[in-house]
Amino acid sequence: MIPFEYRRADDVSAAVDTVARNPTASFLGGGTNLVDHLKLGVATPEHLVDVSRLPLDDIEPGPDGGLRIGATARNSDTAADPDVRSRYPVLAEALLSGASGQLRNLATVGGNLLQRTRCAYFQDVTTPCNKREPGTGCSALEGYQRYHAILGASRHCVATHPSDMAVAMVALDATVHVQGPNGSRSLPAEELHRLPGDEPERDTVLEHGELITAVELPPLPFAANSAYRKVRDRASYAFALVSVAAALDVDDAGTVRDVRIAFGGLAHKPWRAHRAEAALRGGPATDDRAARAAEAELENAEPLAGNAFKIPMARGALTATLRRLSPLPTTR
Amino acid sequence: MTRSIERVAAVGTAPERVDGRAKVAGKAPYAYEHPVERPAYAHPIQATIAAGRVRGIDTARALAVDGVHTVLTPDNAPPLRRGQDAELEILQAPDVAFRGQIIGCVVADTPEAARHAADLVAVDYERRDHDVTLASDRPDLYRPGEVSHEADTEDGDVDAALAGAAARVEAEYRTARNHNNPLEPHTTVAVWDADGLTLYDSTQGVHSLRSAVAEVFDLDESRIRVLAPYVGGGFGSKGTAHAHVVLAALAAKRMSGRPVKLALTRQQTFTLAGYRTPTVQRVALGADTDGRIDALAVDVVEQTSRVKAFAEQTALPSRTMYAAPHRRTTHRMAALDVPVTSWMRAPGVCPGMFGPEVAMDELAERCGLDPIELRLRNEPDRDPETGKPYSTRNLAECLRGGARRFGWDARPAAPRQTRQGEWWIGTGVASSTYPVHHAPGSAARIERRADGRYHVGVGAVDIGTGAWTVLGQIAADALGVDREDVVVTVGDTALPFASVAGGSSGTTNWGSAIVAAAHGFRARFGDDDPPAGSEHTESAPENPDTERFAMHAFGAQFAEVHVSADTGEIRVPRLLGVFAAGRIVNPRLARSQFLGGMTMGLSMALHEEGVMDERLGMVVNHDLAEYHVATNADVPSVEAEWIDEHDPHVNPMGTKGIGEIGIVGTAAAVANAAYHATGVRVRELPVTADRFLTA
Ligand SMILES: Cc1cc2nc3c(=O)[nH]c(=O)nc-3n(C[C@H](O)[C@H](O)[C@H](O)COP(=O)(O)OP(=O)(O)OC[C@H]3O[C@@H](n4cnc5c(N)ncnc54)[C@H](O)[C@@H]3O)c2cc1C
Ligand code: SF4
Repeated sequence: MIPFEYRRADDVSAAVDTVARNPTASFLGGGTNLVDHLKLGVATPEHLVDVSRLPLDDIEPGPDGGLRIGATARNSDTAADPDVRSRYPVLAEALLSGASGQLRNLATVGGNLLQRTRCAYFQDVTTPCNKREPGTGCSALEGYQRYHAILGASRHCVATHPSDMAVAMVALDATVHVQGPNGSRSLPAEELHRLPGDEPERDTVLEHGELITAVELPPLPFAANSAYRKVRDRASYAFALVSVAAALDVDDAGTVRDVRIAFGGLAHKPWRAHRAEAALRGGPATDDRAARAAEAELENAEPLAGNAFKIPMARGALTATLRRLSPLPTTR
Repeated sequence: MTRSIERVAAVGTAPERVDGRAKVAGKAPYAYEHPVERPAYAHPIQATIAAGRVRGIDTARALAVDGVHTVLTPDNAPPLRRGQDAELEILQAPDVAFRGQIIGCVVADTPEAARHAADLVAVDYERRDHDVTLASDRPDLYRPGEVSHEADTEDGDVDAALAGAAARVEAEYRTARNHNNPLEPHTTVAVWDADGLTLYDSTQGVHSLRSAVAEVFDLDESRIRVLAPYVGGGFGSKGTAHAHVVLAALAAKRMSGRPVKLALTRQQTFTLAGYRTPTVQRVALGADTDGRIDALAVDVVEQTSRVKAFAEQTALPSRTMYAAPHRRTTHRMAALDVPVTSWMRAPGVCPGMFGPEVAMDELAERCGLDPIELRLRNEPDRDPETGKPYSTRNLAECLRGGARRFGWDARPAAPRQTRQGEWWIGTGVASSTYPVHHAPGSAARIERRADGRYHVGVGAVDIGTGAWTVLGQIAADALGVDREDVVVTVGDTALPFASVAGGSSGTTNWGSAIVAAAHGFRARFGDDDPPAGSEHTESAPENPDTERFAMHAFGAQFAEVHVSADTGEIRVPRLLGVFAAGRIVNPRLARSQFLGGMTMGLSMALHEEGVMDERLGMVVNHDLAEYHVATNADVPSVEAEWIDEHDPHVNPMGTKGIGEIGIVGTAAAVANAAYHATGVRVRELPVTADRFLTA
């Protein structure tokens, strides 16, 4: 850990200004990820601008009838919000499946989106890692790969994004609001995180100094019928091997009118499963069709030696999730 | 037979821990919290290569950090006496024997400055190719020298008996590398003054730690005092002295009189505090059509560090578990460029009951027998290893009683029969055992003081087991007084010698000393109202019965396992253990020992695995976010019961030791239940979701 200067931000534009002007400055949310990285030497900012107490923690109806969640809302508060629970249960479930009660009490929406990979090599500065130190090589390529990607990876990095919350937001077509030195912009949550390509050091499309101010969920009535399934190595307090966020709209005949699916644990970003969605629309949500939809999505998967199990696991997780959301008894 | 306590009044009752209130109120000082004058803080520097030597260390940037006093390196560290325990003889040579080895240390005014400066030390290495690969076909495997037991045993003709067996199981089983992670980290506070060295240490044995430190510092033991009044768990990792203790003492020596505090980080614990070797167990069982075992072989391959040989006694339990005329057990070790392997709860016995107890399940299926019936049919009359009678052996009663409690009979014989929604459901059983260890020499002092109470001093350490409380119960009965009239003091080398808190032997060794001292006290001062100042110290006598009997605790563990047909996820909604472990001194505390052991066994079954990256020579998942131990959600229901066992031979209290047996057998019970649920036989720990998935 290097010595650093800590400052609590008083307002959004001052915070953005301070960080934007100083390449060695970082925003600090709840600190549950960044402070670990300070201790481990993974992050070495010299200035921390604490944004966690900015007045950005409201959760309120959005202008179009959706829900606007402030960037500093704590994960526990977001999960407990009555609107989130009733209108977007997938988000509440995703949040509650992450970390521990203590961590969720501290963690913020902005920090959760921008938490970094849990790749064990990334977190150990004595090992080569392109994401931490571009050009040093990727230790995971021939190493420990249980938590690594099977979709969209590159030979420079095979890490996954660890957030559960983000998977739900991507499934829900959320919008991320950002304020930067040149004003504010909005982007789909699906486009926030990027694939590693040959720049694995960049997790997202944000520029230095851009502050996430809110995440907006669109009004999506059938999201009331949504769920999150997280498959992990212990029953609680573990990152996903594979996770599924899904919302399902079926008509009285049991035909899928619409569906939203995103996977976690498979890629460098939350993986919106457009192909699986297309494969499911217009027919019944049977186990069989769910499995085939998953296979369509995973057709281009390139598992590593240590994580081929993620393909059947993702297929099973999707099947189980849709079964839970289906009103009809399904065939096995 | 030993002279037992005459009256049993406090023993058998369930008082709360005497140290409980202070602990929950935050008033119990753990080692690191001991107030000392103006402490400095030490932070270790660890090797980032697995083999080679340090060619040079540049400490300039570290020394320039505000508040940094010194950087110890192999070039400038005070000399230690060498040739005894290479794990402890740190900074005496530039050689690197494993990744994570201590190669230096920063001492500073604050822990933050010390840690920051440690990151700034630049080390130039001369690398050697390292070798950290454990494999059962390595050409350089060697037979360990005799430690407490022979490495190999052979009776009869195993191969011939196997060849002729009607039913046979021959398979390879593997247990993972497990890391002890007590909640209280490994910490030491070292203070040198004119009289010598004082250490506040998170240790399982103040006296054993003192001997180790005296050895490397070439000091008379009388010049070292070690205190450990409260310890937040050890699980074996605090049972022997590790390098950081020496480092703290070295740093304090360099600071001429200023105390030094050192706390290992969680990450450092994975390389500096010992861990359980992974094991490869080749098990062969041959039986007749009735399931009577004729041949039994357990051939173990495991690892040790090159720095210090440690032979996990993995095949030990198989020598006593079941009758079989033809038997063989062997141990072979690979010496690797890895951190020092050491004790972890039930060393040897815990991993050693995985392979054989899964093999028993496989044999039962081959013989068409219920796994409990198979075990009952192979109950020996005498200890198969020594031929001696058992002081008591109640495995059969544990199996039968447990089966009743658990509802075992409702179970379908064949695997993969029960499904509830997405979950396959199964049940499994395995036996538990743990030897009754005796260590000589523990003594206790009893003093009547002016407050009217009997003050009992013994240098034992309560590492969270409840020993402190239990010793008071034993003392009360041995003296024939109420528990309230006894005050026990522990955790200090200024008190009479006590053996280490390990091997589930604390109550046996320290309790025996207290009983001997109490009887001696009464013999000297009479039964009623001895005057204040009456004082007597006595050691536990040798117990001649240990030569005449085989002494072991036994148990049976039952698991219900659910496996998701969709995702392979595995859950253990129910665990039950039934134990025969002699007299239970304090049911409240005993239950927590059994439950803790079983929970740790469940954790070993489902989660715990230090993953070695062989290219880097390091365990990659070296923190508690990535190295999983069971959480509450993994342990919905775990229950422990025991049978009322009277053993007049083990010691005056009739106790057998309960700290470790709970972890023995759990993993096999879980793996057997997972097989019963799914039909998938997992012979390698941990049992994870991916093993139940097919592409
Ligand atoms: C042991 C452990 C287990 C965990 N398990 C899980 C799990 O199972 N699932 C899961 O999803 N997560 C898990 N987490 C991660 C946890 O969810 C994140 O640490 C947390 O959400 C981060 O939020 P924070 O506010 O504390 O972020 P911080 O640590 O404060 O910041 C993280 C990053 O975000 C940046 N940042 C913060 N706020 C903003 C903002 N408003 N705009 C722009 N940048 C910002 C910071 O500069 C920093 O780079 C776990 C963490 C731990 C320690
Ligand atoms: S997978 Fe990515 S984060 Fe992990 S070692 Fe490779 S480059 Fe680093």
